[in-house]
Amino acid sequence: MEATVIRTGTEGKTWGGGNEPLRASYGKMMMWFFILSDALTFSGFLAAYGFSRFKFIDSWPIADEVFNHFPFLHGVDAPMYYVALMTFILIFSSVTMVLAVDAGHHMKKGKVTLYMFLTVIGGLIFVGSQAWEWKNFINGEYGAVTTKGGNVLQFVNGEGERMALEDIAIAQPAERVNHTKQSGIWFTSGESLPSYSLEEVKAGFLANEDLLIRSQRTNEEGHKTILTREESLAKMNNEAVGVVEGANLTHNEYGPPLFADFFFFITGFHGFHVFSGVIINIIIFFNVILGTYERRGSYEMVEKVGLYWHFVDLVWVFVFTFFYLV
Amino acid sequence: MSAVGHATLDHSHDDHGHHHKQTFITKYIFSTDHKMIAKQYLITGLIMGIIGILMSVLFRMQLAWPEQSFAIFNFLLGDKWAPDGVMTPEIYLALVTIHGTIMVFFVLTAGLSGTFSNLLIPLQIGARDMASGFLNMVSYWLFFISCAIMLSSLFVEAGPASAGWTIYPPLSALPQAIGGSGLGMTLWLSSMAIFIASSLLGSLNYIVTVINLRTNGMSMTRLPLTIWAFFVTAIIGVVSFPVLLSAALMLIMDRSFGTSFFLSDIFIQGEVLSHQGGSPVLFEHLFWFLGHPEVYIVILPAMGLVSEIMATNARKPIFGYRAMVASILAIAFLSTIVWGHHMFVSGMNPFLGSVFTFTTLLIAIPSAVKAFNWITTLWKGNLQLNPAMLFSIGFVSTFITGGLTGIILGDSTLDINVHDTYFVIAHFHLVMGISALYGLLAGVYHWFPKMFGRMMNKNLGYIHFWVTAIGAYGVFFPMHFIGMAGLPRRYYTNTAFPYFDDLSDVNVVITVFAIITAAVQVVFLWNFFSSIFFGKKAVQNPWNANTLEWTTPVEHIHGNWPGEIPSVYRWSYDYSKTNENGEYVIPGQDFVPQNVPLQENEEELNH
Repeated sequence: MEATVIRTGTEGKTWGGGNEPLRASYGKMMMWFFILSDALTFSGFLAAYGFSRFKFIDSWPIADEVFNHFPFLHGVDAPMYYVALMTFILIFSSVTMVLAVDAGHHMKKGKVTLYMFLTVIGGLIFVGSQAWEWKNFINGEYGAVTTKGGNVLQFVNGEGERMALEDIAIAQPAERVNHTKQSGIWFTSGESLPSYSLEEVKAGFLANEDLLIRSQRTNEEGHKTILTREESLAKMNNEAVGVVEGANLTHNEYGPPLFADFFFFITGFHGFHVFSGVIINIIIFFNVILGTYERRGSYEMVEKVGLYWHFVDLVWVFVFTFFYLV
Repeated sequence: MSAVGHATLDHSHDDHGHHHKQTFITKYIFSTDHKMIAKQYLITGLIMGIIGILMSVLFRMQLAWPEQSFAIFNFLLGDKWAPDGVMTPEIYLALVTIHGTIMVFFVLTAGLSGTFSNLLIPLQIGARDMASGFLNMVSYWLFFISCAIMLSSLFVEAGPASAGWTIYPPLSALPQAIGGSGLGMTLWLSSMAIFIASSLLGSLNYIVTVINLRTNGMSMTRLPLTIWAFFVTAIIGVVSFPVLLSAALMLIMDRSFGTSFFLSDIFIQGEVLSHQGGSPVLFEHLFWFLGHPEVYIVILPAMGLVSEIMATNARKPIFGYRAMVASILAIAFLSTIVWGHHMFVSGMNPFLGSVFTFTTLLIAIPSAVKAFNWITTLWKGNLQLNPAMLFSIGFVSTFITGGLTGIILGDSTLDINVHDTYFVIAHFHLVMGISALYGLLAGVYHWFPKMFGRMMNKNLGYIHFWVTAIGAYGVFFPMHFIGMAGLPRRYYTNTAFPYFDDLSDVNVVITVFAIITAAVQVVFLWNFFSSIFFGKKAVQNPWNANTLEWTTPVEHIHGNWPGEIPSVYRWSYDYSKTNENGEYVIPGQDFVPQNVPLQENEEELNH
């Protein structure tokens, strides 16, 4: 046996083999490629959203008017305030995650614990806020009347202020029974009735000369078109077929049902990602406390879940942009 | 070998000498060894392939002899789907759908890429195993579960999914529309969601293994083309399958939760549905964004296998190595921007159609580069016509034949005339179905000794090849003509249209060829399974090949090499390499394995 080393001819080359060309462990790279693939799933959703929104470009709801709630400020028009706050909290949780990863590099167990804890809290606040957003969206605020063609008619007074159904409707003597499980032997469930019947809304609308209909069509200034009293009456008498309050997967008081479909689906899918991220972060948090990574001599796991957490944040930035800002 | 490479990584430590005690379960069932997982993929894929091909024989019989009674229909499909032995239209549609699904995803995606990526990536790059053996195992078992769910859907009362393998809504979204859109479609979607997860885990493993675990000296330009093909295939998979997941999830929402992503204003059975505003064309966009790269996920591994087998058996370096790599990359890139050519008649904007025509025709360039390089590799080669080589040559033949019709279909104006006819069936079966199957079969014949330590019977292989080659052309060549005559695909029977009466004899010819071709696969299966147990014992390097897998012992061991991992000193195609004096580099041997250092006076090839 000779003692000399035979050269492979690729010594010192980054991609020459026998090394890690990207200077990343396989686990970290797997996370990167997983993120690539997950990003494409979200891209699929957002492209579908763009496709559908473009189809309804002239009747898409105006986000400022839909997402205008803020906790404890009832009746105050606060467009985007709350979603801006929850976005800030989520991004801040990314900052604490960066600090946790950095502390991990310096093997400071105490700091990693603290920052992981803060990240988990940030994530929980975000998921909770999203639940609250959903609650507001599902309950709705003003209510609307649906037409034969599947559009919605909203109501405004002479000053252009939105009017809720409860401000308009005049109670009618008709008997309206919302069946429950107790009221019949075979009955299990049915669609819950809206608070007011179409007749009640119609009667109220006819009685109040000040009321106008706001259609879902957007005019050139970017506002919803407000019809004249005559047009409004004609629409109300000829086309109105039902009452809708709030939004679910089939009905939507804000405009086209697809708006609600995409809102629930995309924010729900993202919320599911945040939720799983929180669960993973909690597991890592306990592993940090138990000293698993201290013994392993590396906090790389914190770094890997950090990558995932930043990705979830980044996706939210896109969802936020396309749903709320654009 | 007199010396070894200078640097060893922590993951490549010598782990011989302390084998873990293996139970039956850890060795054969929940194995984390890539060689065992490859065999699991192969055998599962073969079983799915038998089912898929059998289905095609059944519906071919219906097409040749429409609405006639066959005992085998009644035996296999039962009284409900074949009363008195006559196949019902419902089960015909289901058979077509499940045949497509099984062949594309379960046989040619998982069976082909799953088998050979797992087997060859660690062996050919010089690694002990995949980066994560555990995730590799999970990947296989997810695949197994998705197979089980797909097969279980065959036994659903209302029938398995029947909307075609492309499951276009609204047909696939409304259980009221056809029986197959009920529970059968739900199972189809669940099965595919799990399949996507399995494919993702597999692909992540392949990618990071190729990046991180190449042995000393194994630079990217010394990789065998098989590895390049698997590597790029995995990347396309990571990019395109998640978009199918998007489409599948949204379809699930439409089906089960009342959303309207793909549905709009539908009257069915006298009932108005509440859906409004959605668009089925949106589904087609999302589906084909996966669907088109998917055909390259199917064909690229076959291309890689064929390149390797062809160079070995022509005893010549592959012609144009860098051009081969570049064309793999070009095909992968182009595959993601051509999906619209499946939608020329969907109502998509015709201008968009012309853009997709342009990008589609661009693919002809890298494809032609590959085809010419294979032919020039054969040119003046010392051809060893064993079954693997024959199937590789067959691959080039069917790839060219099928590829030429692709030029017609890729043109939006020409496509209108033959859209949804048997011309399309002929095109994609030749270019991706038969070609990829030839790649798979070539791979099995070539690497069987590596997988099972025994040789397959060569003469049975010849019978298998020649009957298959003639039979497959016999099936698909006539389809071009009946397609151009206007015969539409997916129809249960064409007897209602007197215009097609003249074509019924051709359909009989096609079906006879299909039955013969399917029957001769039994020869292959017999050869395969009997050789596992009774084949001739293989030597370490039966094909005199250069790649690293032939430097491992015939007996499988955990960690692949008993000693240190070999270092690599040259590319994998030093066949028939001579010194300036005209002598072989290693006297009397026309190949120089990759782990042999450069000899004295030898120049390294600048390929």
